Amino acid sequence: MAGQEAKVDPMHQFAIEPLFGSKHWELAGYNIAFTNSALWMAIAAVALWIFVAGGMKRQLVPGRWQMAVETFTGFIDNLLAANVGPAGRKYVPYIFSIFMFILFANLLGLIPLPLGMVGVHAFTATSHFTVTGVLAIMSFAIVLVVGFWKHKLHFFSLFVPHGTPLVMIPLIFCIELVSFLVRPFSLGLRLFVAMMAGHVLLEVLSSFVIDGIHAASSGIGPVVAVLSFALMVAICALEILVAAIQAYVFALLASLYINDAENLH
Amino acid sequence: MPQIAQLAETYSSQIFWLLVIFGFVFLVIGRGMVPKVMGTVELRDAQIAGDLAAAEAARSQADQEELAWRERENANRAEAQALIAKAKAEAAAASEKKFAAAQKRIDKRLDEADAAIAASRDSALAEIEGVAGEAAQDIAFKLAGVKVTAAAAKSAVKDALTHG
Repeated sequence: MAGQEAKVDPMHQFAIEPLFGSKHWELAGYNIAFTNSALWMAIAAVALWIFVAGGMKRQLVPGRWQMAVETFTGFIDNLLAANVGPAGRKYVPYIFSIFMFILFANLLGLIPLPLGMVGVHAFTATSHFTVTGVLAIMSFAIVLVVGFWKHKLHFFSLFVPHGTPLVMIPLIFCIELVSFLVRPFSLGLRLFVAMMAGHVLLEVLSSFVIDGIHAASSGIGPVVAVLSFALMVAICALEILVAAIQAYVFALLASLYINDAENLH
Repeated sequence: MPQIAQLAETYSSQIFWLLVIFGFVFLVIGRGMVPKVMGTVELRDAQIAGDLAAAEAARSQADQEELAWRERENANRAEAQALIAKAKAEAAAASEKKFAAAQKRIDKRLDEADAAIAASRDSALAEIEGVAGEAAQDIAFKLAGVKVTAAAAKSAVKDALTHG
């Protein structure tokens, strides 16, 4: 019993394993092994490509699939129009890519593959801060580049809100600067933590199910197992919601930050 | 926590593959396909707006044509009314003229008739006077044996006629 309990490791699902013997692939001295993480990112990208390609019929009267794709592009378009204004249109490709890639990666990571018993399980690339961090840094880099490109050094006035008393400017400037610099971290960590927490919770609950069944002789075990299973189903639904909301939050915050760079105050 | 435990050995492959795969997503899907999808939406919106504008234009044109037709109709009706009124007035004038002419003719013939009657009466009266004068001459000769001159008899008759 003790040995079986130890096998349920809620963190094992986040382990990265090189696939297809690519463990020692290197590029300029850096390891670039094709891992399960890379595989699931690629699956997300291909699924996204198939999804968008299905909406490319360009019919005047759209079918259901085309309608679905146009709903997503229209959603991102509206998001940017509302938060950035007319200048936001040129960011639609980037925000759409970010939003859909995160959404697909989040949702694909939730798929409970029946092959899990033989060790093949879905991997959530967005539960790694190496991935979410890069996405956040990319978004933040766009903000910096656009901000300094458009407003030159005047961009620093972003850190001095309107109507700040003169004596307060140094202090406010420092506070605003710190809050600005924290953005990429909060952006990346929020997604990473939300995805990881949900998956750990599901894994812990599933371990309760297994342990409960193993402890059937104690009488209370099956009750715990059934309750945990019901809770798992409910939390799976919640996780689907969280997967969509976190993708939306990432896209929304990225567009809000871009707004700062585009329309300084 | 594998995210931290495996950081040193996996960060480069994670970043590399993310950049490759997200680069594909951004360039192929975001830059390549999304603008086409949005272009389709814009085309559709433009088509709908165009159709609506065309319908609106057709409606206003129909309204204008109806207005013009109504004006023409009113003008025609007014013209017809004017024609009728003119014809009526002409007919009335013509009949009045005819009436007047007829009246005149009738009046003239009445006058002529009156004149003829008066003349006849005058001549009859004169004849009666003459006859009565002669009769009075005869009567006076026969009854009284008095020879009365024709002039005296005539004046006496006239006197008797006028005094009744």
